[in-house]
Amino acid sequence: MSFDKELDTRGMNCPLPILKTKKALADMTTGQVLKVISTDAGSVKDMQAFANQTGNALISTAEEKGEYIFMMQKK
Amino acid sequence: MQKKMGIIATKGTLDMAYPPLILASTAAALGWDVQVFCTFYGLVLLRKDMDSISISPLANPAMPMPIPMPVFVQMLPGMEAMATMMMKQKMKSKGVASLAELREMCIEADVKFVACQMTVDLFEFDKKDFIDGIDYVGAASFMEFAGEADVCLFI
Repeated sequence: MSFDKELDTRGMNCPLPILKTKKALADMTTGQVLKVISTDAGSVKDMQAFANQTGNALISTAEEKGEYIFMMQKK
Repeated sequence: MQKKMGIIATKGTLDMAYPPLILASTAAALGWDVQVFCTFYGLVLLRKDMDSISISPLANPAMPMPIPMPVFVQMLPGMEAMATMMMKQKMKSKGVASLAELREMCIEADVKFVACQMTVDLFEFDKKDFIDGIDYVGAASFMEFAGEADVCLFI
């Protein structure tokens, strides 16, 4: 899947993945896709909650070898 | 409509300094309007130098220790400094943000910090030791914000 920007939050713990995601989205334009890589298991629920509350679309969530990959489309 | 959260931060230990900053920074990232009223020991959140914020194993039986430690050992000189150092190392190794980092993110995201003027007077704190851009207020000012808030927390 294609994306416009990648954010690596490996090793970071709550609430850093969310805060960094928010920051990364701020520099993007509507419709662009941000790929976020996280090792924080809590971020699975948190990314969905972030999307629900901010209106950005969480297009997909995947897990690969203990890493979580989120695709977030900017509102 | 934009949601609002008011937090009353009253604690000044390393562990208890985290919840207000984590919740404030996260709520701000979600687009909430956040105000943190720092009173009594919670005023340490506003000090320029956050390095002296410590944790004590004393009277804290839930604190995980590498080896069981009787209370009379925990009260020896230097134990607090050691516990603080160990906690900070652990946080770093687990990717937990530092307090200064979280506060910086709060400020960037327009979290409003206010200081309790009464406590500043009571402890004779010097405003020069606190970060810039904060208002010194009383309870009535906070209530004005809290009255409109969706969430209000006393920490």
